[in-house]
Amino acid sequence: MSNVPTELKYTKSHEWVRTETDGSITVGITDHAQELLGDMVFIELPETEANYTAGDECAVVESVKAASDVYSPITGEVIAINEELADAPETVNEDAFDTGWMFKMQPEDAGEIDELMSAEAYAELIAEEEH
Amino acid sequence: MSPSPSLAQRTPLYAQHLTAEAKMVDFAGWEMPIHYGSQLEEHHQVRNDAGMFDVSHMVVLDITGSDATDFLRYLLANDVARIQTPGKALYSCLLNERGGVIDDLIVYFMAEDKYRMVVNAATRDKDLTWIRQQALSPHKKGRDVKIRERDDLAMIAVQGPNARDKTHAALGANINAARELKPFFAADCNDSKSDLFVARTGYTGEDGYEIILPAEQAGATWEALLAAGVKPIGLGARDTLRLEAGMNLYGQDMDEDVSPLEAGLNWTVAFTPEDRDFIGRAALTQQKTDGPANKLVGLILEDRGVLRAHQKVITEHGEGEITSGSFSPTLGKSIALARVPTAATEHCQVEIRGKQLAARIVKYPFARNGKSLFD
Repeated sequence: MSNVPTELKYTKSHEWVRTETDGSITVGITDHAQELLGDMVFIELPETEANYTAGDECAVVESVKAASDVYSPITGEVIAINEELADAPETVNEDAFDTGWMFKMQPEDAGEIDELMSAEAYAELIAEEEH
Repeated sequence: MSPSPSLAQRTPLYAQHLTAEAKMVDFAGWEMPIHYGSQLEEHHQVRNDAGMFDVSHMVVLDITGSDATDFLRYLLANDVARIQTPGKALYSCLLNERGGVIDDLIVYFMAEDKYRMVVNAATRDKDLTWIRQQALSPHKKGRDVKIRERDDLAMIAVQGPNARDKTHAALGANINAARELKPFFAADCNDSKSDLFVARTGYTGEDGYEIILPAEQAGATWEALLAAGVKPIGLGARDTLRLEAGMNLYGQDMDEDVSPLEAGLNWTVAFTPEDRDFIGRAALTQQKTDGPANKLVGLILEDRGVLRAHQKVITEHGEGEITSGSFSPTLGKSIALARVPTAATEHCQVEIRGKQLAARIVKYPFARNGKSLFD
């Protein structure tokens, strides 16, 4: 069973979202997602200052097996990316919820964050997928 | 509409895969291990030490009868007359009349009236239909050829620089007859307890064995190999290993619309002797005279990214397409096999998600015997 930290918010497409004290959010893919994808070998991150609408494709993770899209969980602007991942994509496998973060965004409407899935709902979703 | 009733088949080693915590996936109707934790680690295990693959889904055919040699000389693009030594193996394509590839296979000479052939699982049905059709074709009436599918057998490939030593340690005197085998030879190793057909062949670019054995002996043999330090390897690493070794995968790098001449397999077509009639000969001879329009090459991506099958390749001489692509764990870069215009050399671009990235056209293999062949 995958790890699902309770303090984070989640999407159906397996991104996690952490709200920071300054109102920005940090985004990555879940432990469950990295486990499904397998060994990461390349991660294409968005450009900083790029704007996305919730649900837009904004990054790509490539494992040995296949390429998968990462979707913007909310509408807003990219304010930082995790440049460490360029040389160490395996960080996403090793530590999906912390040092494996992918990008930070400034939300247009903070209310959108509340509409994301709770840890409980996400844990249910992946339990269903596993059956 | 009624749902398809077909359930995935399981090999005799299914329980061993579960014990080793394999992630199981459907492959050509078989429930097979894709990896046992990390595909990358498994890849390195084979390049650096020894690993084993359950390849029991592959199809073993015994072809017997006094006309077996004549039949195979007509059926296959390569010539079994080249292997008239007991145990000798030959890689060949099975072609249609247009020179397209129905499947690729390995055939072993056991005796003049006895051959063993190993074909792909995904092409089993059409291969069997085609081969039986050819054996029964009216103008070959009365020919003495029998084709027997050996679904009572399992198959384990043990590969890597230490694969043979560890196999000898695991199976002891049982495989004495295999110890002196030269590459691309096989031997029967029988004693009171076991009945192994051991071939010094493989699909990884490493030394090792492919062992064909009765299904009921597969579990004990797998466990003996495990105890000798041979680690289980999934189909995921099998694919990156064969790609680095520059070995074609049927259905990806060639199919019924591609000839061996466009798939880098010229060396497997025996045009001599000239009086040997084989299926597809006329079409290939014509193609050889005209010069094939395309060729199969290796690509190394110079920019960051991962090459994948079906990406567009842009060369100075026209466009081509990637047939197999992945990240190469041995090179630490992305590599691919691609079909490009025959005149293309050196540099090209690959289109990935709307961007054109720089790649180098190279001669494969990319890696063999534990080492990268490129800087």
